[in-house]
Amino acid sequence: MRILIKNGRVIDPSSGIDETLDILIEKGKIVDIKAKIEDTQAKIIDATRLIVAPGFIDMHVHLREPGREDKETIETGSKAAARGGFTTICCMPNTNPVNDNRGVTEYIISEARRKAIVNVYPIAAVSIGSKGKELTDMVDLKDAGAIAFSDDGQPISDSNLMRRALEYSKLMDTPIIDHCEDKSLSQKGVMNEGYYSYLFGLAGIPSASEEVMVARDLILAEKTGAKLHIAHISTKGSLEFLKIAKEKGVRVSAEVTPHHLILTDSCLATYDTNLKVNPPLRSKSDVEALQEALKDGLIDVIATDHAPHTEDEKNVEFDYAPFGINGLETAVSLILHHFVNKGIISIQKCVELFSTNPASILGLKNKGKIQIGGDADITILNLHKEIIVDKNKFQSKSRNTPFHGWKLRGTPVMTIVNGKIVWDER
Amino acid sequence: MAFNRKHLLGIKELNKDEIMTILDTAESFREISVREIKKVPTLRGKTIINLFYEPSTRTRSSFEIAAKRLSADIINFNSSTSSVAKGESLKDTILNLEAMRPDAIIIRHPASGTPYFLTTFCKSSVINAGDGTHEHPTQALLDALTIKQEKGDFSKLKVVIAGDILHSRVAKSNIFLLTKMGAKIVLSGPPPLVPVEFREFGVEIDYNFDNALKDADVIMMLRIQRERQGKNFFPSLREYRNLYSLTPERMEKAKKDAIIMHPGPINRGIELSADLADSSKSVILKQVENGIAVRMAILYLLLGGGGK
Repeated sequence: MRILIKNGRVIDPSSGIDETLDILIEKGKIVDIKAKIEDTQAKIIDATRLIVAPGFIDMHVHLREPGREDKETIETGSKAAARGGFTTICCMPNTNPVNDNRGVTEYIISEARRKAIVNVYPIAAVSIGSKGKELTDMVDLKDAGAIAFSDDGQPISDSNLMRRALEYSKLMDTPIIDHCEDKSLSQKGVMNEGYYSYLFGLAGIPSASEEVMVARDLILAEKTGAKLHIAHISTKGSLEFLKIAKEKGVRVSAEVTPHHLILTDSCLATYDTNLKVNPPLRSKSDVEALQEALKDGLIDVIATDHAPHTEDEKNVEFDYAPFGINGLETAVSLILHHFVNKGIISIQKCVELFSTNPASILGLKNKGKIQIGGDADITILNLHKEIIVDKNKFQSKSRNTPFHGWKLRGTPVMTIVNGKIVWDER
Repeated sequence: MAFNRKHLLGIKELNKDEIMTILDTAESFREISVREIKKVPTLRGKTIINLFYEPSTRTRSSFEIAAKRLSADIINFNSSTSSVAKGESLKDTILNLEAMRPDAIIIRHPASGTPYFLTTFCKSSVINAGDGTHEHPTQALLDALTIKQEKGDFSKLKVVIAGDILHSRVAKSNIFLLTKMGAKIVLSGPPPLVPVEFREFGVEIDYNFDNALKDADVIMMLRIQRERQGKNFFPSLREYRNLYSLTPERMEKAKKDAIIMHPGPINRGIELSADLADSSKSVILKQVENGIAVRMAILYLLLGGGGK
């Protein structure tokens, strides 16, 4: 069946398109794009006053399967993604068992094929068991379908392992994604170290614990010439190092989460465990620096670090709650409301951050753009529609959001994956 | 009376009037403890749960005695003898205890913010008896009552707080309270235990203890926890003692009539010399005595309809 999206404002930063166009989709591909397409056989979607963008890609999610299906599954996570406007998600390997071998990678891909309603690409572990000792069979994993490598959640503390991983990754030209954290500096910290950690009596994670690892990784990326992607960058100091490295031509990209762009450490006054996240919510000056870096292009990607946890796990003393924020179903609205509709970034920039750039970092050649012959992954946005975040409406199995009850203007309204409408909330 | 709260979570939330109301009420309760029959019927029929997830002698027995002198029924619940060992969550434990219809839950817990967590689902009054490295409000109030008795006007005082400021809920609550009352506070201790960000609380920091002590009216020594040694907050107890132990020689830097306070338990010979602990300058046992009056005042104001 053909789908014809009519009268939408099509935005494709990869080709510079920003005009009202019709798009015809057939057999999972975009087959025509022009000002007026007539097709009486096709299902018509009226996108008048809506933004039609290349499908959004979240390159940092935790789907918890295999191992913690009580928090999330590939199926529920994919539904959350669809509802949140994402057509593609990349899942981190810190499952149980860890995705460090072909068996787990293939399991995720086959589960996704059977149950997921968006594209799911596994990110495989850098080291066996993410224990930071021995490299995984990276080429074999890539061949099995892994799209990138990361020991997310278990930062790579051994600098030599990081060096070798970067060097070896050049065989595939696949990025190494690092959660930059020196655990010896973060100790038992549960929030950003500074005035507010002392005010609330909570153990601090210093910004230095991220920055020393960002600096190390940048030095190693420069020496090796490999592709490095910095996950959830969160401090002003990290951005300063990133800027220097980019100016030197290091092959580095960086992502930021919506929560790090919007919330500060002062929010923790209520000891709400839904605000407990790693890296922690940082200071006001860090958040301002992140917003600035988003505007000027230093940051390449917005990713959610979607980290579902059950209510029971979060309904405990602050120190004992797990880190993580459920992000897939709030990310796009948060960015549209706080950045696009406030004129801080343009809608074109927003599409770059959510689609064009992650596709190019991950080497997804037929995604992240709207072009004839490209994958029919489309995200349709309504910049004017107001929503109230309601965790009880989440498709995710978990509800751990600090944004419940927030009123936001701008939201994804339709998600099309491989030519199929997987979410429609117009 | 200027007190209309359901919970006592921290000093941070209290204003100066509320603090004065607590201190005045405590002052009026002191007399009960020196009567022959040390009991009044004020809180008869009230049930209070003393819920301690950390070892404590002073604070737990002080609350217990305070409750009993006001004729409330109080039961003690220690984590070692509870269902915590069976893996029950704190919320479940509290909901079960609440089903027994207590009027107040006094909680001490190693995780900061736990009393705030309780208020999100508790019907009874929650009283913070020390949460992690956050606050210990009744300790700061009994310290304030002691200072007021000894020195009068807070606004003319220089108070030195020395030792492990970073991990001390007592220091935190005292900083919040004494800055509200207008006292000048100087913190001293090894730099890793006295972060510079504390200046934002409106206090001064002087890492040189001898300098800090100059013309001090009140010196609060904090217990240095032996388990901090080996974590590189300071090199050794020997070096710590050399730099930050309060000795008779150092005491001469302070005002002649300066008083020495300590929340206990004391490491004699480490943060405080034995001579000074037992000297007339020490008000440590007065602090303990005032603890009863302050806790009676808190229970009365929260449960006795004091301001409600």
